[in-house]
This record gives sequence, structure tokens and C-alpha cells, in this order.
Amino acid sequence: MDAKTIIAKRVAQELKHHNLVNLGIGLPTLVANYIDPNITVYLQSENGLIGLGPTPHVSEVDKHLTNAGGQPVTLLPHGMYFDSVTSFGIIRGGHVDITVLGALEVDQEGSLASWIIPQKLVPGMGGAMDLVVGAKKVIVATTHTNKMQTKIKQKCSLPLTAYQEVNLIVTEMAVFEIKNKKLYLIERHPDVSIETIKANTEADFIIEEVRLMEDIS
Amino acid sequence: MSKTIDKLQFIQKLRDNLTIMVGGFMTVGTPELLIDWVVESNVKNLTIICNDAGYPEHGVGKLIQNNQVKTLIASHIGLNPVAGVKMSQGDLEVILVPQGTLAEQIRAFGAGLGGILTPTGVNTVVEKEKQIITVNNTPYLLETSLGADLALILAHQSDRLGNLTYDKTARNFNPVMATAATTVVAVVTTMVDFIDPEIIVTPHIFIDDIVIKAGD
Repeated sequence: MDAKTIIAKRVAQELKHHNLVNLGIGLPTLVANYIDPNITVYLQSENGLIGLGPTPHVSEVDKHLTNAGGQPVTLLPHGMYFDSVTSFGIIRGGHVDITVLGALEVDQEGSLASWIIPQKLVPGMGGAMDLVVGAKKVIVATTHTNKMQTKIKQKCSLPLTAYQEVNLIVTEMAVFEIKNKKLYLIERHPDVSIETIKANTEADFIIEEVRLMEDIS
Repeated sequence: MSKTIDKLQFIQKLRDNLTIMVGGFMTVGTPELLIDWVVESNVKNLTIICNDAGYPEHGVGKLIQNNQVKTLIASHIGLNPVAGVKMSQGDLEVILVPQGTLAEQIRAFGAGLGGILTPTGVNTVVEKEKQIITVNNTPYLLETSLGADLALILAHQSDRLGNLTYDKTARNFNPVMATAATTVVAVVTTMVDFIDPEIIVTPHIFIDDIVIKAGD
């Protein structure tokens, strides 16, 4: 099982019946494939829709119907379109239950860096800053390391997307929760020891009760 | 009274140093026809306000490629490597703004407000040189309103006066930009005699000129 699938499956377990959820571009988008078929989740896309459906067949692609990554999508029954002002009113106004997004770095206080590597990569923040500030629950879905370097830091060194807003970090090795500016290891992959997690994590974390990640293969 | 204009009439509205808002989200909902006419006019030193930089060959990316843009105000430029290169060479000033802030700044201008207070960007580089105002113990950034000389938008249906509807996610920034510029030009797919007043998104009073282009 590859890392991204493990992460997407575990994040999907956080989604509850009738939640309004925004899935970021890339890995977070995969979460949609693993939502419990017995619950109804409303997916929002910040370019202006709620009720995001599956990718259309190539013959049914509509150039005026995409997700925030610009990929063709469909609209489920009861879905609707709205403009960017309404979209970010929904986001900033606290109406989104869960936002899932990737990270360049995330730290033990819950700060996130995801939009710029100065002098190297300057894509811009898009809607990420509003999403992270506005959503009720912020989940960072990321591989634990990048080129052998940990992404889970004591303190982010890159410019922040938001300060102390992250609630949960899900990687292919572990799940961390941030409570009162402290990082707790709450789950580990069954094949990954706490020692291995420590070796791959710069952040200091508290170990109280560590469960095994379930239903991820 | 007809608001319909042609290419020549549109190009006569253009000049150097204009600030132009362009609707669209990753070029979905961008009036490509009007962008092509701005390219043809070759006016320079433009300030462009758009959600993103488009792609090198699509959307406002065409204006950047053609060296017509001095400043770009956008939330994202990641899909246009040409914009990134021009920015790092110092040929293009890029002001990155959180997407929700950009939408609200434009809304504020159209609604006669001086600005808005947003929690987005507090404790990040976005707060640099901005006033922080605390309301009920929560810090907010004061983001000033943002208007333009010209707004170029894409709609779906229009009636004779310019009441507009939009098509799916091609709506995005178009309705709000229609409220925030001195002159607003809308490309519409179809002209109809009647639109149900309950489904009109943009009231005709915001629209100055209309260009009809099927299939955009």
C-alpha cells in the first residue's frame, strides 16, 4: 500500500455524516475515494460549488465545471454553484466543518507552511489561508518526510499559511493531534514503531495512549 | 439602446496604464476573446487584478507573455511558469493576496466600503505593513478596497439591457468584478428576450458594454 493511499484512507475516517468538507489539490483530493458509502458528505470547492461529484467520462466534460484544481468534475443532485464572495463567506464564516490540505512543513504548535519557498517556488496561497483560518477542523494530510527530511517540525521555517490553526496531522506513519499548542502522537501505522516515528520527526510530541491506525490497507 | 459593442469599439476603450480586472478561475470563466483584443491593442503598463495568472497561453497569461503587464494582483501564479520567471527577473511585479481577501476587497469597492477586516493572514507575511484592528479580542487585518478602470467578465445569458446569468463554476469572480470598475464589459454566450427576474445574478445597471460570443 503506497503512502498516499494510507493517508487518504485514514483522513476519510474523520469525515462524519452531513459534514461540509473542502479537499485541497493533490493528495487531499484522493480522500473522496474512501468516504464511507453509508454517510453523506458535502464536498465544497472554493471556485464555487457544493456537491462535488466524481470525475466525468471524457465525453461529458464541461469546460465550465471544474474543481479548484481546474480538473473537470460533476455536480451531484442538490448541488449548487455560487460566486467567489459567497464561497469565501462560507469558508471564512466557519461553515466548513473540515478542510484537508497538504504541507511543506507543519509544526508542533499547529502552524502550517504550504504556499511558498522563497526564491524557489512561489505559487501563491490561493484559498489556503482563508480555509485554514475559517474551517472548524484543519487536517494536514502529508507524507511524513520529503527527500528524507521530516515535514513535522518544532517550528516552521518557511513563511506560514496560518499560525496555530492545525488540529490533526495524518501521515503514512502516524496520526498526531494538536491540543493546547502541544503535539500528541495518537496513532501509529501497525508496521511502524514509535522509535521509527521519533527518528523521522523533528517536533517534540507527547505519547500517552497510542492506538494502531485501522482499515488503511 | 444597445449595449452591444464590436472589436473596434472595445479597443478604443483601452490605453496604457489601465487597471483591469479579469474574471475567471484558472481561466474557467475568463473572457478569452477580450483578452485577445487587449493583446492585439498592445497597450502597456497594465495592472491586472485576477484570481490567478492563468496559463502561458490562456487567460491573463497571454497579456503577461506579451509584456503588457506591469503589476499582477492575484492569489496564485503556480500554473503559469512564465509569470514566475518574469517575476524573478524583475519584469513583473506580483502582489499575492489570499483568495477570500481578494474577493472581499473587490466587493468592498463595489459596495462603497473603504475596506474589510479579515482574520486571514494574521501572523503571516500577509500582515506586513497593514493595520491590525482588534475587535472583541480577535485581531483582524484591515484590507483596503480594490477597484479598477475596466472589468472584463464572462457571463452566460444576457437580455437587451445586460441582466446576466452565469454558467456553473465559470461564475467565480465575475459577478463581484462587475460591481467594482468604472467600465464593465461582459462577454455573453447568448442574448435572450427575457430572463426570469428571480434568476438574474448581475443586475443590468452594472454592465456598460456587451460582446456576444457563442461558445466562450
